[in-house]
Amino acid sequence: MVEFSGWEMPLEYSGISDEHLAVRSRAGLFDVSHMGEIEIAGKDALAAVQRISINDAAKLQVGQAQYSALLTPDGTFVDDILVYRLAAAHFLLVVNAGNIRKDYEWISEHIAPAGDAVAVDASSRYALLALQGPAALAILQPIFGVDLSALKYYRFAHGEVAGVRATVSRTGYTGEDGFEIFVPPQSADHVWRAVLQAGHEAGVTPCGLGARDTLRLEAAMRLYGNDIDDTTTPLEADLRWIVAWQKTGFHDTVGAHALREQDAEGIRRRMVGFEVVDPGIARRAYDLYVSGAKVGTVTSGTQTPYLKKSIGLAYVGVNAASPGTELEVDIRGRRARARVVPLPFYKRPPGVRAPF
Amino acid sequence: MAYPTAYKYTKDHEWLDVSGDRASVGITDYAQQQLGDVVYLELPHVGATLKQGQSFGTIESVKAVSELYAPVSGDVVEVNTALKDKPETVNADPHASWMIRLKMADLKEVGELLDAGQYADLVK
Repeated sequence: MVEFSGWEMPLEYSGISDEHLAVRSRAGLFDVSHMGEIEIAGKDALAAVQRISINDAAKLQVGQAQYSALLTPDGTFVDDILVYRLAAAHFLLVVNAGNIRKDYEWISEHIAPAGDAVAVDASSRYALLALQGPAALAILQPIFGVDLSALKYYRFAHGEVAGVRATVSRTGYTGEDGFEIFVPPQSADHVWRAVLQAGHEAGVTPCGLGARDTLRLEAAMRLYGNDIDDTTTPLEADLRWIVAWQKTGFHDTVGAHALREQDAEGIRRRMVGFEVVDPGIARRAYDLYVSGAKVGTVTSGTQTPYLKKSIGLAYVGVNAASPGTELEVDIRGRRARARVVPLPFYKRPPGVRAPF
Repeated sequence: MAYPTAYKYTKDHEWLDVSGDRASVGITDYAQQQLGDVVYLELPHVGATLKQGQSFGTIESVKAVSELYAPVSGDVVEVNTALKDKPETVNADPHASWMIRLKMADLKEVGELLDAGQYADLVK
């Protein structure tokens, strides 16, 4: 067990590699109840979300979710979030555990000018389980009353899981097909056991924080606190696609002005993926070099159990950001060869569905 | 996994298998469990001279990097280079996965190490 943002959490159950491979080949079940939930509701809830979220919440239908970010006036990350549209004027923001209080205070302050909308920290009302992997649908369907095959990626539905009121969304942090299941905390234990039982034959495996990290890194999903924070912007983090430049009221979104300026000037560093060619893992804060000159710093690095490669994310100068660029990483005083590669490292095979 | 009674152990979780003035060195089952999946070993070259307690390399798992410490002083006479290609062997069979063989400089140092029972108590 490890301490994580005030939560006592398992780093691993059967081992990081075993759990990682279970998610890539079958299914894994994670308890991610540490994640925070902030609800925004009121007549002007959409305008409120538009002020703080850099993506375009107006594009969300009820029952749809979207990846986005809260930004500082400098355009740097307050947090990265998922925005769920529960009703026309009711949104749920899923935020990182370590940022709940900061996000809540920040949101409350910045939505005030939007009109009739309030933010509520509802984190204690939700437990969150994530069932991830190609067999996730086949495992969950028999104990969930809504047709999951009709639920598209980044959509969610309300129903009952094993007799417990739940919201199930087709989202995750592993790069695999799967679902996140919001349930009342007092029922989390019951649902956890029910999903494990339902997935017993399919080989569902309990997974801890260790595999969550190696899986998300293989899928090149950014981790707040490692890859993005209040010193980096979405443009630098190569997350331009979450910036809704064309949305109504973009100029009123916190951070939008700074992003426009940065975009006009051009960024000087950019997040890239790299593979270490020589043996060894390039861990966070290790430096990267080209021809002896420092060009950047690693933000996340691991040996991935599925691809069986030593990979990582890093910010490097834009001149060193093109795929194929030869790098050297300083691994505790030893220079190991590395190379910039396209992201993501892992993309699930298209059209692969678990058999019914 | 049982700790071989013929081996000696350190508080840093290395084992030593003595044969005459030669000794093989590896890490214990407890150590490999704590590390988790081992992905990389950095080992010394043949001919290196080690003092007791000196780092002779590093072992890296998905989770962490750890130093390897020489249980006794001596010269490295053999290095298990096969482990470099198959580091996961350390997890599968830690007490057979020797990393280096030493020509010991001072046999008295062996007496300072733990026996299997003492080591098992330490990690209990």
